[in-house]
Amino acid sequence: MIGVFHPGDSLVHRAPALLKLGLLAALVTAIALQHSVLVLGGACVLVAGIAALARVPFRLLWRQLVPLLWLLAIAVPVQLLLAGWELAVTVALRLLLAVVLAGVYSLTTPVTETLDAAQTLLRPFRRWIDADRVGLALALAIRAIPLLGEIVAEVLDARRARGAEGSIRAVAVPVIVRALRTADHLGEALVARGLDD
Amino acid sequence: MSAIVFERVSRSFDGRRVVDDVSLELVEHRIGIVGANGSGKSTLARMINGLVEPDAGRVLVDGLDVAKQGREVRRRVGFVFTNADTQIVMPTVREDVAFTLRRHRLAPAEANERVDAALARFGLTELAERPAHRLSGGQKQLLALASVLVGHPAILVADEPTTLLDARNARRVARHLAGLDEQLVVVSHQLELLDDFDRVIVMERGRVVCDDVPAVALPRYRDIDAGDDDADDDAQDAAEERSRP
Ligand SMILES: Nc1ncnc2c1ncn2[C@@H]1O[C@H](COP(=O)(O)OP(=O)(O)OP(=O)(O)O)[C@@H](O)[C@H]1O
Ligand SMILES: [Mg+2]
Repeated sequence: MIGVFHPGDSLVHRAPALLKLGLLAALVTAIALQHSVLVLGGACVLVAGIAALARVPFRLLWRQLVPLLWLLAIAVPVQLLLAGWELAVTVALRLLLAVVLAGVYSLTTPVTETLDAAQTLLRPFRRWIDADRVGLALALAIRAIPLLGEIVAEVLDARRARGAEGSIRAVAVPVIVRALRTADHLGEALVARGLDD
Repeated sequence: MSAIVFERVSRSFDGRRVVDDVSLELVEHRIGIVGANGSGKSTLARMINGLVEPDAGRVLVDGLDVAKQGREVRRRVGFVFTNADTQIVMPTVREDVAFTLRRHRLAPAEANERVDAALARFGLTELAERPAHRLSGGQKQLLALASVLVGHPAILVADEPTTLLDARNARRVARHLAGLDEQLVVVSHQLELLDDFDRVIVMERGRVVCDDVPAVALPRYRDIDAGDDDADDDAQDAAEERSRP
């Protein structure tokens, strides 16, 4: 979901990150409060228009939707049975629209710009919050996702190579040990890059 | 060139002397450090930018005491680690290089210029917008170099920068290292990397046992290494066991 920037020069790409974040928050809130299927249908057209304006490849947007579709595949039938079709459709549409909007945001905004925007937003609170540190923490959280993915993949491979499939503990222990060691190394690298002050 | 000075430096871990009363004055352009696993090379190298502090003695970089003025020292000393993966912080190549400059508070135009220059220097211009974690091992190590050198350190310390790379990528990284104007301190088991360095230091059990030009020091190290085989395999194995990453 994060860190999947797709370069481009559309209007959406060029809009300031702060503005985009504001619009994203406003739209998602408006959609979440909306009960009418008709209005949500209209919102679909609007969101599709924004996605088209951003000219992000459908394939990339789709990839962000897949996990949600799994969720909907389970939730929608349950709601159909328990709460009727209207609620099932509105809930599904709200989630779908929010994820597409968030996807368009992350595809059109480099993480650095999001960090800058977060720092601007935090500036009024600088007496209590070190905005640079928050930015660094965000960057690290984003970095941790692929890093953890690699560690899990390697541990799974090693386990398969030794024919030790099946045990959860045989995965969890080495993954945690490796993750902690990686965190140590990352910390050292940050100090070496002068980010300790 | 800067002056890196070790004054009677010692360091122990768990009661074992890992660096034992080392005194050195490094003023050459390119300096190599070699030695068996666990001989104290990394510990010595890490002391240059304060990642490890000495128990006794002092380390000075251009007269600055690393223990007391760590921040200023780290501004002068760039450090590249063996595993480039843990040095990459940002999602894309360009962002990772730019990340180093965030704390420099440069004007955006100047920062951009420096990032461009650093990318070009290591042949990464074409890869600028790629996800950094999907680069090849060699490209990642070049990115680590670019990300460190964009901050314009006077000295670059590299701890086995080519160990995890295949032969071709190792050569590529080595070629880039050899072409640098910055003062270089390189720890390596790949001795050919150090062939045309100005000075090579051979470590053995925390002590400097040879300190000379590569033509003298490298053959000496090969001898020591070969002679060691039977004498103290057990001690060596124990040290390796402890120092395994
Ligand atoms: N942070 C630490 N905590 C405990 N022991 C350590 C630490 N750092 C190093 N050592 C120990 O100090 C000894 C020397 O380590 P060092 O990493 O300096 O050796 P090295 O010459 O770089 O070896 P290698 O070739 O394996 O990288 C090793 O036995 C290691 O286990
Ligand atoms: Mg080492």
